[in-house]
Amino acid sequence: MASVGVAQFHQVFFEESLEGLDAMESSLLALDEGGDSELVNTIFRAAHSIKGGSATFGFPEMAAFTHEAESLLDELRDGRRAIDGAIVELLLRTVDCLRGMFARAQSGQPLNNAEAESLREQMAAALGRQIEPKAPPSRRAGDHADAWRIDFRPHPGMLAGGNDPLRLFRELAALGELRVQPVLDRLPPLAALQPAECHLGWVLELRGQVPPDQISRDQIAAVFDWVEDECELTIAPLHVVADTPVPAVAAVPAGKPPAAAAVHSAESGSVRVSIDKIDGLIDLVGELVITQSMLDQFREEFDVAKLALLQQGLTQLARHTRELQESVMGVRMLPIGSVFNRFPRLVRDLTQKLGKQVKLELVGEQTELDKTVLEKIGDPLVHLVRNAIDHGLEMPDRRRAAGKSDTGALRLEAFHRGGNIVVEVSDDGAGLNREAIVAKALQRGLIASGDQLSDEQVAELIFQPGFSTAAVATDLSGRGVGMDVVRRNVSDLGGAVAIRSRPGHGTVFTITLPLTLAIIDGLTAAVGSEHYIVPLVSIIESVQARPEAVHRVTGGGELFRFRDEYLPVLRLHQLFGCAGAQAVIEEGLLIVVEGDGARAALLVDGLIGQQQAVVKSLEANYRRVGGISGATILADGSVALIVDVAGLIRLQSRSKAA
Amino acid sequence: MARILAVDDSVSMRGMVAFTLRGAGHEVTEAEDGQLALDAARGSTFDLVLADVNMPVMDGIAMVRELRAMAQYQGVPILMLTTESHTDKKMEGKAAGATGWLVKPFDPDQLLATVKRVLG
Repeated sequence: MASVGVAQFHQVFFEESLEGLDAMESSLLALDEGGDSELVNTIFRAAHSIKGGSATFGFPEMAAFTHEAESLLDELRDGRRAIDGAIVELLLRTVDCLRGMFARAQSGQPLNNAEAESLREQMAAALGRQIEPKAPPSRRAGDHADAWRIDFRPHPGMLAGGNDPLRLFRELAALGELRVQPVLDRLPPLAALQPAECHLGWVLELRGQVPPDQISRDQIAAVFDWVEDECELTIAPLHVVADTPVPAVAAVPAGKPPAAAAVHSAESGSVRVSIDKIDGLIDLVGELVITQSMLDQFREEFDVAKLALLQQGLTQLARHTRELQESVMGVRMLPIGSVFNRFPRLVRDLTQKLGKQVKLELVGEQTELDKTVLEKIGDPLVHLVRNAIDHGLEMPDRRRAAGKSDTGALRLEAFHRGGNIVVEVSDDGAGLNREAIVAKALQRGLIASGDQLSDEQVAELIFQPGFSTAAVATDLSGRGVGMDVVRRNVSDLGGAVAIRSRPGHGTVFTITLPLTLAIIDGLTAAVGSEHYIVPLVSIIESVQARPEAVHRVTGGGELFRFRDEYLPVLRLHQLFGCAGAQAVIEEGLLIVVEGDGARAALLVDGLIGQQQAVVKSLEANYRRVGGISGATILADGSVALIVDVAGLIRLQSRSKAA
Repeated sequence: MARILAVDDSVSMRGMVAFTLRGAGHEVTEAEDGQLALDAARGSTFDLVLADVNMPVMDGIAMVRELRAMAQYQGVPILMLTTESHTDKKMEGKAAGATGWLVKPFDPDQLLATVKRVLG
């Protein structure tokens, strides 16, 4: 059935509509800051598409709602209505409301709610009218007859417009019995005849098939609907039928497909990939095929003279494989702009609520991130931005007193550094309040009075679970979600959060993320007969320990003195039960690692080398193992486990506490 | 079966149109805006063009005007996909050279009926 066909486009419709709403929102915000009229066109187009789509895909409530917004936008577009803060606010709330409607549509709930109704009424009021009632099509009595005479004189250009008289006659013939008589009075002499033009006219007589079968004027007019501006047309009854009750002609229902039966579950099962990327992939596969066929010739015959050619082919194969790998990974990569885009609105709402002035700057929106990372980085960023506005940036009078401009600067920036993506949230606010943090930490028992803490250590305190310095938990930040959750979320993505702060000058949060979750750069380390991969991102240094640097403490723990720090030594062979491994610290190698702000030294036998590892989920294939983030297959076909440094350190400190 | 050019910036609408027409055995080429549709139309001939009105880069009305200026698109049916609230757009489209229109929302059956109407 046709409706099955329609249903499969629901998900696409939802996705593109949500994108459209994002575009509407950012354009509205730009408009609020005095943008140009092209913005109104963009907003209008998005609303228009949503209206058309929602009507087509069976969401009439949404179509009716969007219709009001569209009418409003139409007036803005035509200049009949001025763009002011109130109208932008109303339209922004419309965007929010539509997002809610889409969420409900996706989970199969009723679309309308009190908020939607009230907004719709507000829009109608702004348009200066009541909500449009569906006017029944007006019908004139007496417009039925059992026989009609139709005078049809097309304009010469009608054929060029794609309307063929034959089609019209065919459609009329479907209504009843048709007699066609040409009128040749406008036929020019042969020399002047333009074959592409229509010189003929017709007189048509149409009778109901079985008298008194009735044909309505509307039925006939409908046949000529596309050409009424391209012809002279008279439709007149041959015999008027008197006193015939007018049959109630029901308006053709607007083909409402059945309500979305299937609830769309997976919220993000697809990726939209640019044609350029796909073309690039196809090119690479082409190259690979050429290389393969080149290598294929060595299968039949090979002599030493061709060795150089074989080596060249293998080099090419290696290069193409690497490029193909990078391109395929690129398919999962999406620009971070889609996450950044939500912030202008958030910042606008927050600053209005708090009476602060903040200018948001977005940099590096084109920087691409793995889709999974992208979906999960939004919440931590929202938290950091909220914190910056709530705690970091000061009220205008305080800023003035500190010799700064009234408007605070908030900057979100994404860029590449090494093999990682770095996202920074920076503000020029007051910076971390050392005294407040120390006082809070004392109160929570996180530190002892008299502890001498470096600025770095103080900053680390805010990542402790449940830590919040706001005297009164505000509506914005104090929602029981702390910086510890931000750090854990980022760490789940294989990334890290760092903080830099200068009192009076501001704070910078730096999130470092891997380019992708599917491949990591790691060092392969040998432990007995096993190999382990340690992610490069968590490695600080690897060192051969001198005997005097290792201290054994009571309780069986070992500490390694690394510069001015004492790091716990984690013996991988003990933790993972590997036989035949180096047990003497001085004889092995210590890898100094950092995870979630904590450092440790891993004892291994030695390093094999650096390599890229394709991550295979241990959870999916076996079960979750503490201290291990996944597995990979090495060049020789054996399996190596990938060490989860943060997890390992947590594991160790817990077992020590126990 | 006919060769049809479907032009709409909305992926879902275009997908629905193309899917329905392909299901009826037509050969469908898709284009995302008026400009891309013109590029496709230059390199090929189509028996029917279905075009949305509101599109970025080049809207449906401008596209019809350009198509009709091309010799091989004289007399080729071009239908505008339009919403009922924009009756003036229908006339604007007609004036630019469109053959007719199909009012949104439409379902696959209505689409096929209209296509059948122009193609016979």
